[in-house]
Amino acid sequence: MDLSAINPVLLIASLMVAATPILLAGIGELVVERAGVLNLGVEGMMITGAICGFAIAVNTGSPALGFVAAAGGGALLSLLFALLTQYALANQVASGLALTLFGLGLSSLLGQGYVGIKPPPTDRLDIPVLTDLPVVGRILFGHDLMVYFGIALVALVWAFLKYTRAGLILRAVGESHDAAHALGYKVKRIRVMAIMFGGACAGLGGAYISLVRVPQWTEGMTAGAGWIALALVVFASWKPWRVLIGAYLFGGVTVLQLNLQAAGLAIPVEYLSMSPYLITILVLVIMSADKSRAPASLGRIFHASQ
Amino acid sequence: MTGTDILLSIRGLTKAYPGVVANDDVSFDIGRGEVHALLGENGAGKSTLVKMIYGLVKPDSGEMVLNGAAFAPSEPQAARAAGVAMVFQHFSLFDALNVAENIALGMADPPAMRDLATRIRDVSEQYGLPLDPYRTVGDLSAGERQRVEIVRCLLQDPKLLIMDEPTSVLTPQEVEILFATLRKLSAEGTAILYISHKLEEIRALCDAATILRLGRKVAECTPRETTAREMAELMVGSELLVPERTGKAPGPVRLALKGLSVRSPSQFGTSLKEVSFEVRGGEVLGLAGVAGNGQDELLAALSGELTSARGMVVLEGKEIGQLGPMARRRMGLLTAPEERLGHAAAPDMSLTENALLTGAEREGLMANGFLRWGKARAFAKAIIERFDVRTPGTENAARSLSGGNLQKFVIGREVMQRPDVLVVNQPTWGVDAAAAAVIRQALLDLAEGGTAVIVISQDLDELMEVSDRFAALNEGRLSEVVPAQGLTVEQIGLMMGGAHGMEVAHV
Repeated sequence: MDLSAINPVLLIASLMVAATPILLAGIGELVVERAGVLNLGVEGMMITGAICGFAIAVNTGSPALGFVAAAGGGALLSLLFALLTQYALANQVASGLALTLFGLGLSSLLGQGYVGIKPPPTDRLDIPVLTDLPVVGRILFGHDLMVYFGIALVALVWAFLKYTRAGLILRAVGESHDAAHALGYKVKRIRVMAIMFGGACAGLGGAYISLVRVPQWTEGMTAGAGWIALALVVFASWKPWRVLIGAYLFGGVTVLQLNLQAAGLAIPVEYLSMSPYLITILVLVIMSADKSRAPASLGRIFHASQ
Repeated sequence: MTGTDILLSIRGLTKAYPGVVANDDVSFDIGRGEVHALLGENGAGKSTLVKMIYGLVKPDSGEMVLNGAAFAPSEPQAARAAGVAMVFQHFSLFDALNVAENIALGMADPPAMRDLATRIRDVSEQYGLPLDPYRTVGDLSAGERQRVEIVRCLLQDPKLLIMDEPTSVLTPQEVEILFATLRKLSAEGTAILYISHKLEEIRALCDAATILRLGRKVAECTPRETTAREMAELMVGSELLVPERTGKAPGPVRLALKGLSVRSPSQFGTSLKEVSFEVRGGEVLGLAGVAGNGQDELLAALSGELTSARGMVVLEGKEIGQLGPMARRRMGLLTAPEERLGHAAAPDMSLTENALLTGAEREGLMANGFLRWGKARAFAKAIIERFDVRTPGTENAARSLSGGNLQKFVIGREVMQRPDVLVVNQPTWGVDAAAAAVIRQALLDLAEGGTAVIVISQDLDELMEVSDRFAALNEGRLSEVVPAQGLTVEQIGLMMGGAHGMEVAHV
């Protein structure tokens, strides 16, 4: 075994890349759940975003347009969920699971002509001097824009929920939709918007996998990332910064265990492969032991009866 | 009343829902600074009427004039902007948010949080409703939560304040203080539309009253010059039956609690602390208390949903604290919880199935693990007949019954099983006066037959009507148990915990 082959700088830089898909999907789902909706279709929206982004990027040659299309695709698919749960009053758990299955099927249909193609490369940030700094340059200033966008989005969501009136209303809707309705807030409209935001974020996360992290298109390539994002939100106690910590932890252990495998560590590969899941869940369970709890109306169907 | 004195004029408001006319051509006027009572039984259309004034429901026809201008709010924001504020019966508060955030949500254009907190402190102290803006609402008592709602309204300088059953969660002392606040508001020119079915309170507070029955306005009166009985009969439309009971010496002790202490299973619940009492066969023990002072937990501890140490609950000399609900039912301790839909009855199951759920054991409705549907149906039918439950049949879902009818069914179901001890929580909550009288009479008849009955209720009038002995729950502790006869409202209020830190308005 040769641990010296592992470069800590590259390790940190690549964990940020590995964490970005679940970070984006997780922060979107956090907003959805704070509005009181449980959308289990994250996986389906991610893979739909992955193929939409991939296809548009390949056809236009622009990764930026690809990401925009991915957000649009995810949001569009989530609109289906919104219609089912907010207007047809369908069960949220069943609708979410259906959305995942539908998304997986739809994406393999859309992606039939794109197997084996390489997408246009997404540029990394390259700031003269700063990017060339030793150690910090590669970690802080050497990523593609989506990595920074993910971090900025966490900060924005945190500030939105904590300091803005719209954020307060969103939390109120998630706490008690009946009380919010009695005060005259448009529960359904607010929830539909939150669901679409969650869909767009999941789509971006998916496209990040197909355009940057892998980068190519294969069926079912999100491989459970959506489920990790869902678990992340719960174990993060619905707090934005904890989603970031959890995502980086998961990304970090994933990258580390790959490095350890390459270095020939004498532990069976299966144990190393399961380690990111185990460690992330363990740490977040310990963190979530405080008093915070789920939004009170989470997963409940709202119907404005007289 | 001359034209300029009228604040809100309601003309011919009508609202129909499928199958029922909630309001039929209702007209009345509210003057500036007037305290106007809206009276009526459950289902008389009071709630629908105020929802139309507050913009939550659109009338089918009719019009309103506020301050001389046509008034047709399409949503609550519009009503609030026009100077109408409302304190809800079932609180429209958010448990996980703090007081200031809750208040900000009810305002059209709230100031920054820090300024808002200062204003909340000022207004709440000025009106004798002290509040800490940064406390989480879920941790507040029922009375404090109501203060949040009232302060939320006052911050908007309302011209008309609508209050829906505001005193049902207050002790008599707190009611006095609330009334002082309302009188101060009224003297400052704010009109108050006051909905209640507590007639003595209306006589003490209100300048005028409009009485609704089955969606129609049936009378208008001046409460100070009308007796409570006259108003009650206007509401019901017929003479009122007062339950009767005959004095009888109580029998042996049936149920005893000995220092019962249990933790509440819910985060915002109240744990029971050292609750002790004895109840004898043939007597009715009334337990008062403002909502959220441990009533639900006490019922759960008696029914067996919450278990305790063996010796804390003693039924007929046997220690049963560790036994679950089924074992206790078998031994003759039956309970009827407060929440009709979801706790006392399974909403989507038929009445027969609901009768089976608690009656299977004692009524022999099953054999060798199989259900005896015929017998179950006959049992449900017997309940329906004896308690005059209005329903097409035994196969209708519990949800389809009106609140009062379902309440008659769930209480009747326990009464018909000839319990040795019966515990009921809020037996007539949301039930009209005629049905309430039937239920109370059934409880008294049961006691007559030697059963020990425990009635947990927030309705003091009801408790005084049925109880032989009386005690009050306050923050999970039980007061001394005293004979009910001769108790004054003042004494009861002190047993319930007095004013809970409320102060009289600083004028």
